[in-house]
Amino acid sequence: MKPTISKMKGALALGALAVSFGAVSTGASAQEVRFMCSSDGNECDTYREIFDKFEAANDDITVLIEDVPYKAILENLPIQLAAGTGPDIAKVTDLGGLSQYYLDLSPYVDGAYWDANFGATQPWYRKSADDAGIYGMHSQLTVTGPFVNLTLFEQAGVEVPGNDADWDTWAAAANQVAKATGVTYPMAMDRSGHRIAGPAISYGAQLFDDNGDAMLVDDAFTAYVEKFVSWHNDGTMARDVWGGSGGSSYQDAKAEFISGDLVYYFSGSWQIQKMSESIGDDFDWKVVGSPCGTGGCTGMPGGAGVVGFEQTEHPEAVAKVLDFLAQQDNYNYLTAKTLNIPAHAGVASAPVDYIDASPAASQALNAFAAQVAGISPIAIKYQGYKHNRAMFNITLQRVSQAIVGELTVEEAMERAKSDLAEAMAATE
Amino acid sequence: MLGLLTSIMRVFEIPMAFLQRILGIKHLAWVFLAPNLILFFLFAFLPVFLNVVYALTGGDQILLRDRAFVGADNFAVLASCDNYLDPNTCQKDLFWRAVHNTGWFIVLQIGFMIGFSLLTALVLNRDIRARGFFRSVFFFPVLLSPVVVALIWKWILQRHGLMNAGLDAMGLEPVLWMLEREWTFFWSVFLSIWAHMGFYTLILLAGLQAIPRDVYEAALMDAATPFRTFSRITLPLLMPTMLVVMVLALIKGVQTFDEVYAFSGGGPGSATTLLIQYVYETGFAGAPRLFGLASAASIMLALVLVVLTGLQLWATRKNADG
Repeated sequence: MKPTISKMKGALALGALAVSFGAVSTGASAQEVRFMCSSDGNECDTYREIFDKFEAANDDITVLIEDVPYKAILENLPIQLAAGTGPDIAKVTDLGGLSQYYLDLSPYVDGAYWDANFGATQPWYRKSADDAGIYGMHSQLTVTGPFVNLTLFEQAGVEVPGNDADWDTWAAAANQVAKATGVTYPMAMDRSGHRIAGPAISYGAQLFDDNGDAMLVDDAFTAYVEKFVSWHNDGTMARDVWGGSGGSSYQDAKAEFISGDLVYYFSGSWQIQKMSESIGDDFDWKVVGSPCGTGGCTGMPGGAGVVGFEQTEHPEAVAKVLDFLAQQDNYNYLTAKTLNIPAHAGVASAPVDYIDASPAASQALNAFAAQVAGISPIAIKYQGYKHNRAMFNITLQRVSQAIVGELTVEEAMERAKSDLAEAMAATE
Repeated sequence: MLGLLTSIMRVFEIPMAFLQRILGIKHLAWVFLAPNLILFFLFAFLPVFLNVVYALTGGDQILLRDRAFVGADNFAVLASCDNYLDPNTCQKDLFWRAVHNTGWFIVLQIGFMIGFSLLTALVLNRDIRARGFFRSVFFFPVLLSPVVVALIWKWILQRHGLMNAGLDAMGLEPVLWMLEREWTFFWSVFLSIWAHMGFYTLILLAGLQAIPRDVYEAALMDAATPFRTFSRITLPLLMPTMLVVMVLALIKGVQTFDEVYAFSGGGPGSATTLLIQYVYETGFAGAPRLFGLASAASIMLALVLVVLTGLQLWATRKNADG
């Protein structure tokens, strides 16, 4: 018997070895592409659906989605990229700030198609003005703007201001409504340097000097900050958002608006899906145009893009994945399912048939889409500026300090100027 | 089994005998220490060394080869101040605000925490009913994650939280606990004490139980008052334990970050920004990422910590020497 068992063991060992080699060789032929993704709603799930189609057509490439919190994209991803341990693909919002790491897709994709459909947003991803590479697919165009609780206006018997109303008119109306209905907050704005930029530009802030260099603070910017701080002091703005946190932490007022405790909420188009889902039939709401100032009535553009990274071991596979996502049918599905404004010219040329969108969500999407044409060139430049995140953070820190009384507005603006000078020096 | 062990030992016997012949019996200890030393070097000494190197370089790049040597510039920038008591006069005002906040935080947190821990330990050391239950109750918060602690207190203290609901039920005006700078700072200290008090209570309780009973019996026979017993017997005999508690609480206090950051984000404004948050935001969360400045700030913090710990150890030894 013994020799037989021995032979069996030998055969088993050989079999195991053969299976191992097989596994190794299969593993070596399949290319695994890691995609770091974060969701405001159902984005990552929708990407998965599209990648399932992609994998069915490309059995040698597997896309692995790492669903992470947005904070990880903001804070961990840059460190990983700097250390050379980043993913192959990621959904990013700091478009210019990470441009040094992007993979140029132009050798692998149809440049004419990408230029025709993403030409307007490509400069946001490029390293410099003379760079002509193709680096990312702008997956969702966002616009900042206000949400209004119509039911509260109706209950208060206050007329909703028109599209050309300025900030003071809205502040007065929101205060009237809050007083009449007894809700806690007349107005709120997300705690974000990006969010406050649109209103500041509407007040005439230039943000860049005549040479095109970052300046941030000028008289108009200061004037808006003064108004913004005074609204916090007199209770017009919800102090809990800007005054309730510190550092560079982001804070929104979505929960307050959804619970019907806020009249006027300045946020952006990415909130539509959540608003639609959570509010349901509880009350009527709608998106109105960005309030006006002396410099116009603009919001800030923005959004997220899907980019590949130069450090990937599979550049061709990465380009293939991105090119697949960028195809009109797939992009259209992504936009329709995630309730976003398309940045793809072909998709944007016709009305998007949004999937499962409530009437309020459809109105909101159309209202935001209508604002795209009126966005100030300064806002567009600011969004594409490589060091805009430094400017956002400085604004956030210093304006918050002025709101809680640690600094006067004048001191805060002086600090903002010196912070910006130091930040620019550090990046040189 | 024994045979197997003997075989394994034989495998090592030859190389060890060889090493002993080469290094001599005295130096052979280094061979045994080597694995630990290598780990220590990689995960303790090397990061400290790298931290110092980063502190001497500038720019926003993470790789050392891309960073410029700036000497002590980062330290000079942090130290540049007209009046250290007024952060507004400092070049890096946020750093000095964090220094002030951390200083006050430590003083208040350590002071009150040791006071409350001692009081609790004294009560729990008495023969009270359900003593075991109360010991568990006071220790329970220590087991919670700092983020959980922060969220619990946030829910209690926010505008529409439990505390204001209570005030409202009593017909009182709600208080904006998390929007007023002084209140938020107070509650940051409070939640930190609440979360860690149980640990120090346990150490002090062990210290109290180590005091011989016959000393108390002698005091009782001498008709000593409870206060005199406490001040002349309990406190002096508990002092070595108290010093250990103080050193531990000091180190833990300076390192405080997670619970306060999750509770208030360092706000309102910078009212609860502590030094570790400053280091984190400067080096990792901000833009541009100033690794050099963050490293310099952490080294300054470490030096202060070394000095304070040294002073306390000196006091401990002095106390022990009588």
